[in-house]
Amino acid sequence: MLTESDLQALGLTLQVAALTTLILLLLGTPLAWWLARTRSWVKRPLAALVALPIVLPPSVLGFYLLVLMGPHGTLGHWTQAMGLGVLPFTFAGLVVASCLYSLPFMVQPIQNAFETMGARPLEVAASLRASKLDAFFSVAVPLCKPGFFTGAVMCFAHTVGEFGVVLMVGGNIPGVTRVVSVQIYDHVEALEYADAHRLAAVMLGFSFLVLLALYTYNGARRREPGV
Amino acid sequence: MKAGARVVLVCLLATSARVLAAQAQIAVAANFAEPIKAVAAVLQKTTGHTLAITLGATGKLYAQIRNSAPFDVFLAANITAPAALEKDGLAKTGSSFTYARGKLVLWSADAARVDAKGNVLRGNSFRKLAYANPKTAPYGEAAVQTLDKLGLTHALSAKLVQAESIGQAYNFVHTGNAELGFVALSQVLAGGQLKSGSMWAVPQALYSPIRQNAVLLKRGNDNPAALALIKLLQSPDIKDMIRSYGYDI
Repeated sequence: MLTESDLQALGLTLQVAALTTLILLLLGTPLAWWLARTRSWVKRPLAALVALPIVLPPSVLGFYLLVLMGPHGTLGHWTQAMGLGVLPFTFAGLVVASCLYSLPFMVQPIQNAFETMGARPLEVAASLRASKLDAFFSVAVPLCKPGFFTGAVMCFAHTVGEFGVVLMVGGNIPGVTRVVSVQIYDHVEALEYADAHRLAAVMLGFSFLVLLALYTYNGARRREPGV
Repeated sequence: MKAGARVVLVCLLATSARVLAAQAQIAVAANFAEPIKAVAAVLQKTTGHTLAITLGATGKLYAQIRNSAPFDVFLAANITAPAALEKDGLAKTGSSFTYARGKLVLWSADAARVDAKGNVLRGNSFRKLAYANPKTAPYGEAAVQTLDKLGLTHALSAKLVQAESIGQAYNFVHTGNAELGFVALSQVLAGGQLKSGSMWAVPQALYSPIRQNAVLLKRGNDNPAALALIKLLQSPDIKDMIRSYGYDI
């Protein structure tokens, strides 16, 4: 039913989303932790910075990334100095762009979970002589599981739904940067409506199922006594 | 008395041009972005009419018009899109005409990169080659034909970067993210001179002629600004101006 290039785009999209989610879990968690617990004045500006991708048009993000990651940009100079070449039109570039684009969707739910938990459980853990790292993994992480779950699911789904930024820094290369949203756009623009319909329906179903899973999970947890 | 009447008539005409100044919504192929600004300026100066310009790849604009996008005139980068619109009753029958013949160039923002024969394509000195989506952009189609004729399609497939219009292809090369790109001559010329970088004018034998047709859309039938634009595009002065941007006409 789906053409080979549609399947390729689907596979690529899942790869980008999975990798972005993994990277943001690793980078976003310490950031959320710090934001939840700090009393520094930097907290507010940093929180605003993290939230920027929610309100910025993707064209702004795409334009800056194209310039920054390009051969004359700051990021481009670094990546070239490290022997990685320049990032636009590469799979790595797409992942970097996605990480920026989806950052708030990962950080905010986790930060909220940490804030809701408060300092008390960690103080108790410390009084039982748990090390800070131990307290984090055996107390904070289990208590904040719904936050991590929400962050990961939203980050994954949001990356799958990415379009504007990819359009500007991707270069539409099959198997490298041609993700599903761009593939659908190309189908529509070329009047290939039947192809567009098939792929769009897959995306619609997928997005619905992801959100349904998220709400079912979070709803079930809320009803559990003692959580 | 006769002279007096003439003065009154001229005054009346002058004021009516201001009073009756209309606006036309026009869809323009991305390669014509620069010249259309100049055409719009002339139109406004001579008639008072203004143009609201939407740029994009010909195929995209065509798809939008088919889905009742509110345009009065369409300046395409091929002859097939205007012809199809005429055939389907979305444009005035017989109204399409060639306003420009476009030329494809291989361009780099780097002044030393592109040689006069385009041999740079056969070397390994570049990482990315940008071109416009051949499905929707006639200049992208011309780029594909060129690579085919040169026998380089397979060898360069890993280096190709596809832009959604010739405008984005230019942008990819201009920012240096693609070292090379197939763009329209009109995009890299200013006052008949190469603005910056280096280029190879692709021989016309390597791609089918890019005949760019304009057509009066159904919505523009009664729009004075649209009718004035159609007329202006066929005037000798404007043709000279279009030529100065690197087109044949």
